[in-house]
Amino acid sequence: MANTIAENYLHQSTNKYKGILSWLLTTDHKKIGLLYFVSILFFFLVGAIIGLLMRLELIAPGRTIMGPQTYNTLFTLHGVIMIFLFIVPGLPAIFGNFFLPIQIGARDVAFPRLNLLSWYVYMVGAILALVSLFLPGGPIDTGWTFYIPYSIRTNTNVSLAIFAAFVLGFSSILTGINFITTVHRLRAPGMTFFKMPLFVWATYATAWIQIIATPVIGITILLVIIERAFGVGIFDPALGGDPILYQHLFWIYSHPAVYIMILPAMGVVSEIIPTFSRRTIFGYKAIAMSSLAIAFIGYLVWAHHMFTSGMSDTARWVFSLLTFIVALPSGVKIFNWVATMYKGSIDPQPPFLWVMSFIFLFSIGGLTGLVLGSLATDIHVHDTYFVVAHFHYVMFGGTGTIFFGALHYWFPKMFGKMYNIKLSKIAVALFFIGFNMLYFPKFILGYMGMPRRYYDYLPQFEPLQKVSTVGSWILVGTIFFIVGYFIHALIKGKKATSNPWGGVTLEWHIPSPPIQENFEVIPTITHKPYDFSQLKEMKNE
Amino acid sequence: MNNSHEVTLENHVHRDDVGARMGMWLFLFTEVLLFGGMFLVYAVYRFQNQEQFKLAALELNTGIGTLNTIILLTSSLTVALSIAAIQNKNKFLSIVFLNSTLLLALMFMVNKYFEWSTKFAHGIYPGSKELLEKPNGQILFYGLYYVMTGLHGLHVLIGMIILYIIKRQIKKDIITPDKYVKLENSGLYWHLVDLIWIFLFPLFYLIQ
Ligand code: HEM
Ligand SMILES: [Cu+2]
Repeated sequence: MANTIAENYLHQSTNKYKGILSWLLTTDHKKIGLLYFVSILFFFLVGAIIGLLMRLELIAPGRTIMGPQTYNTLFTLHGVIMIFLFIVPGLPAIFGNFFLPIQIGARDVAFPRLNLLSWYVYMVGAILALVSLFLPGGPIDTGWTFYIPYSIRTNTNVSLAIFAAFVLGFSSILTGINFITTVHRLRAPGMTFFKMPLFVWATYATAWIQIIATPVIGITILLVIIERAFGVGIFDPALGGDPILYQHLFWIYSHPAVYIMILPAMGVVSEIIPTFSRRTIFGYKAIAMSSLAIAFIGYLVWAHHMFTSGMSDTARWVFSLLTFIVALPSGVKIFNWVATMYKGSIDPQPPFLWVMSFIFLFSIGGLTGLVLGSLATDIHVHDTYFVVAHFHYVMFGGTGTIFFGALHYWFPKMFGKMYNIKLSKIAVALFFIGFNMLYFPKFILGYMGMPRRYYDYLPQFEPLQKVSTVGSWILVGTIFFIVGYFIHALIKGKKATSNPWGGVTLEWHIPSPPIQENFEVIPTITHKPYDFSQLKEMKNE
Repeated sequence: MNNSHEVTLENHVHRDDVGARMGMWLFLFTEVLLFGGMFLVYAVYRFQNQEQFKLAALELNTGIGTLNTIILLTSSLTVALSIAAIQNKNKFLSIVFLNSTLLLALMFMVNKYFEWSTKFAHGIYPGSKELLEKPNGQILFYGLYYVMTGLHGLHVLIGMIILYIIKRQIKKDIITPDKYVKLENSGLYWHLVDLIWIFLFPLFYLIQ
């Protein structure tokens, strides 16, 4: 493949404009992926700084840098930003947009303009959320779960903030529709479903959850807004409404949403492990099908968030049992990944190290999930720091880690530049240390009885709280360090080759960065997705 | 937005009617789920307040409800006919049928307006004194009534706007007998609006 082609998607335009408008009006899935990348990264950093501030408040008992109300709004904002603006759209909207079409041999997604629209819808949602902070009434302070009845009683700007979440959900639905149609309609000749890379499978399963679960949160949010505006009574216990019903509706979305967050990450892991083990994935079908199984069973476990809120005993043990069952397909994946590495020729490059970190952190998160899924133990640790630690291990340790893993894996392809490998290896280690220092103490604190969402605590919690705060400095510092060396790589990085890691999925067959149309000729697929015997032919290309 | 006659390499036009329809079906699926959430809420509250729901329903005007059902069903028919017309290359008839759909939709909304305003005149609206004096079950019934038919009405309005735009596009030959997937998709949307009403109607007007 001639690397002399100066033209690549970064310099080409899908419209008649050059410069900024060629980005803002683009219909190129790669550029839209980058638009998402910049905006999502921005909100992630904002969320991280808010987290840092909360940890600073918690460095000592009593009031340290902020009062209780500020703390309330901060944990709400942190939760809303991290969930709705970072982790839910994160991997699908950035890497899904960029690589899903390429990996199935398509020139773009099925509805390119709809794709651009969903970015604008995302931005509108984000801006509404920001605006709600500064309007009279003050920022929302309900927690990211917006539980009734407090959310209809508080005078803060709940309506606008949750309307923002509604809008963001709409963006998520549009992306989902786009990806499903793309996978069904635009696969290259020979690309059967069982030749699709596992990242595509995962994004596909995610897209289904996005369109099935998101409308439920949409209507729930609308009902809360209507309740606040008109007092119709649907959620107002004083008028006969049922707060528990709200919780059900909320979690019918928000539990499946955790699979929206984690499945794409698992897809990325299934890409990285074969590439750096030079071995085809073990149990391809089992991994693909387990994504669908997770997507399906994931619908039936929502009430495990409500073991203490009032449900029949039968409902409780059924939901507990189902929760345990959903651990099975996740286990299938972990074992298949490990089995893939067996007798592989492992090359511990940065993306692979991130994946190792992921497997460790996510396993802790997953196993402590079982502690929360068991009725007896959940009664003890419900609404404590144990829960906070658990979800940070799965969401941040899981998806968040893979966000960085995916970035390290695909950065050379996306920008055609290579980053500093040595620095990035150091970053993985620092991240891992900071992460565990920040969150592991929270398991112990939770077990000792430290409730979540408190700006103050008893003196006996102080040592572990301090460790946690120091951990947050290391972690957030590392994140900025990572952003720093990526920016450096963009400006001064060495040119990346078209296949720096020796991957074999379609994106590694095309130049880095790709041309706007991705492929000069649409390829015909003959190989299985992780067939490394192709590598020799590819070298000759 | 792209100028469609400027077909350059960067600007390759990709057309896939099957894909477009698939996308629309997926979208309708999300709409069904959105209303599904509401139907779930309705089911729970009806189960908890069976007697009160019956009593409250007695006060709704079944006549107007029935009329509106007939109107909406007919409008679904006219949309279908409009598609059939364009398939038979009859642009004029297609526009006529779309106009009748719009007219019927307007009639639906006018009826709705009169229905709601009579209720308002009787002091039955969310937060009103009369309503708050009633038992909780009736408050919930009316709460659901306003929210669900209101949300449906909103969909009728959006549908009208879409059909209007489609009509303009037929006039301007943007939608033609061999490129009418947009009309089909709007028709699908309109059928959904109709379908949801078919469920709302018995739940509020007929179970008395
Ligand atoms: C970057 C470093 C981060 C730090 C320092 C941090 C710290 C914190 C702290 C101190 C809390 C409040 C605990 C409490 O008082 O109950 C919290 C809550 C939370 N965090 Fe993080 N976090 C970080 C990253 C993340 C990420 C990446 C996610 C999501 C993927 C996330 C999601 C959440 C959620 C959902 C809550 C609960 C908010 C609520 O209670 O409504 N955090 N975090
Ligand atoms: Cu859950």
